[in-house]
Amino acid sequence: MLRRIVVVGASLAGLRATETLRARGFDGELTLIGDEPHRPYDRPPLSKQVLQGTWEPEQTMFRRKDGYDALALDMRLGVRATSVDLRARRVILADGTFADYDRLIVATGARARSLSGMAPRAGLLALRGLDDAIALRRELMNVSHVAIVGAGFIGLEVAASCRARGLHVTVIESLPVPLSPALGTTLCEMVAALHRDHGVDLRTGVSVADVSGESRVASVVLSDGSRIDADVVVVGIGVTPNTEWLEGSGLTLDNGIVCNDCGEAAPGVYAAGDVARVANRWHGDSPRIEHWTNAVEQGVHAAENSLAGPASSTSFSSVPYFWSDQYDRKIQFVGRARPHDEMVIVDGSLADRRLTALYRCGNRVVACLAVNQPRALIKYKKLIADCAPWAAALTATAAS
Amino acid sequence: MRVVVDLSACDLHGLCVEAAPDVFEIGDDGVLHVLIETPAEGLRANVERAVRECPTGAISLEE
Repeated sequence: MLRRIVVVGASLAGLRATETLRARGFDGELTLIGDEPHRPYDRPPLSKQVLQGTWEPEQTMFRRKDGYDALALDMRLGVRATSVDLRARRVILADGTFADYDRLIVATGARARSLSGMAPRAGLLALRGLDDAIALRRELMNVSHVAIVGAGFIGLEVAASCRARGLHVTVIESLPVPLSPALGTTLCEMVAALHRDHGVDLRTGVSVADVSGESRVASVVLSDGSRIDADVVVVGIGVTPNTEWLEGSGLTLDNGIVCNDCGEAAPGVYAAGDVARVANRWHGDSPRIEHWTNAVEQGVHAAENSLAGPASSTSFSSVPYFWSDQYDRKIQFVGRARPHDEMVIVDGSLADRRLTALYRCGNRVVACLAVNQPRALIKYKKLIADCAPWAAALTATAAS
Repeated sequence: MRVVVDLSACDLHGLCVEAAPDVFEIGDDGVLHVLIETPAEGLRANVERAVRECPTGAISLEE
């Protein structure tokens, strides 16, 4: 008999877990613990609507304050979980209180990595949470030059938002192309050209040697010796999973919480979202995935399995999906591509920056990238989910 | 159960079409269409999945 379920982490995965537990009829004590003072909010708008100033921070909240009444949560916000005692089934919090559980769902997410060796100072920021977005937006109101370190999706979305605000933007990327080489160099170069056409000074193949400025950033010195004046430096070089609080708990930690295919990290303990490494039956690996839809799917999955128990648990099987909005382009990606996979543009063109590309591994279609072609993605996702032969994907192309 | 879509919020991710293909469709016009506004109870699980997976929260259910 389950009486108490504790969810640690009050973002998307944790929220969807609590919603699912209630929807499936769990009527016991349900505790949601979050280290930020905010109610659960949506992160994708932070780098776009919030930075551009078209949304107020309140608009990112998933539910209004009174929207939590129906979930009947013991919601403990602004307090960090500091450890877990698996034997006693107890989570200990920073304020000295604790929460006992019959089932525990860990969804503590990840935090932005900082530039190693660079002292914190005014104007040196990352974008991960709502407070980061509010702080960065405030900075952007009074500056003219922004340097962005890292041309991943976050860095490029911030670049596009800064350009929308009319700021001078320099993006610094140590790899030869932005985004991920696994997407294919030609597509990454197309995105690079998109940004250059919008006035971004994109520097690839160089790294940051130093950030100068005493109390406040003044410029960025690059590995090629050049210097970029910057009023604000935004660092977007990836994230680190929030697992330190679990060290010594007995859970297996290795770039995230290692889980089986049921999302279980230990008996009665589940993990979901950016912090979790759940074995995925679709491709047979257990990577850590930082996508929005993954947080939803794993939050739901962990909740369902925590109610079902080990004997009736289901395996996690999901085709990864993510998207990015930059200027007037929507980039959508489904599946998994690796650096040596062949990429073929099956519709549209690089010149139009409106296209559909498929990725081939052996004789299978493994991924699809679409730029401003949302319908194509739906069609190919099903084939990718079914591990369809490459020939079947080309037939589908001809049929459209 | 009645399906309500806020088309001004819809961003054409298409996850609803995947979750509930009987209920949602992106048409040739590039707009999301609700094929069945009041789906049968048998489709509830699919429609609820569409609601919770929509990245822009554009879909809601009225009972």
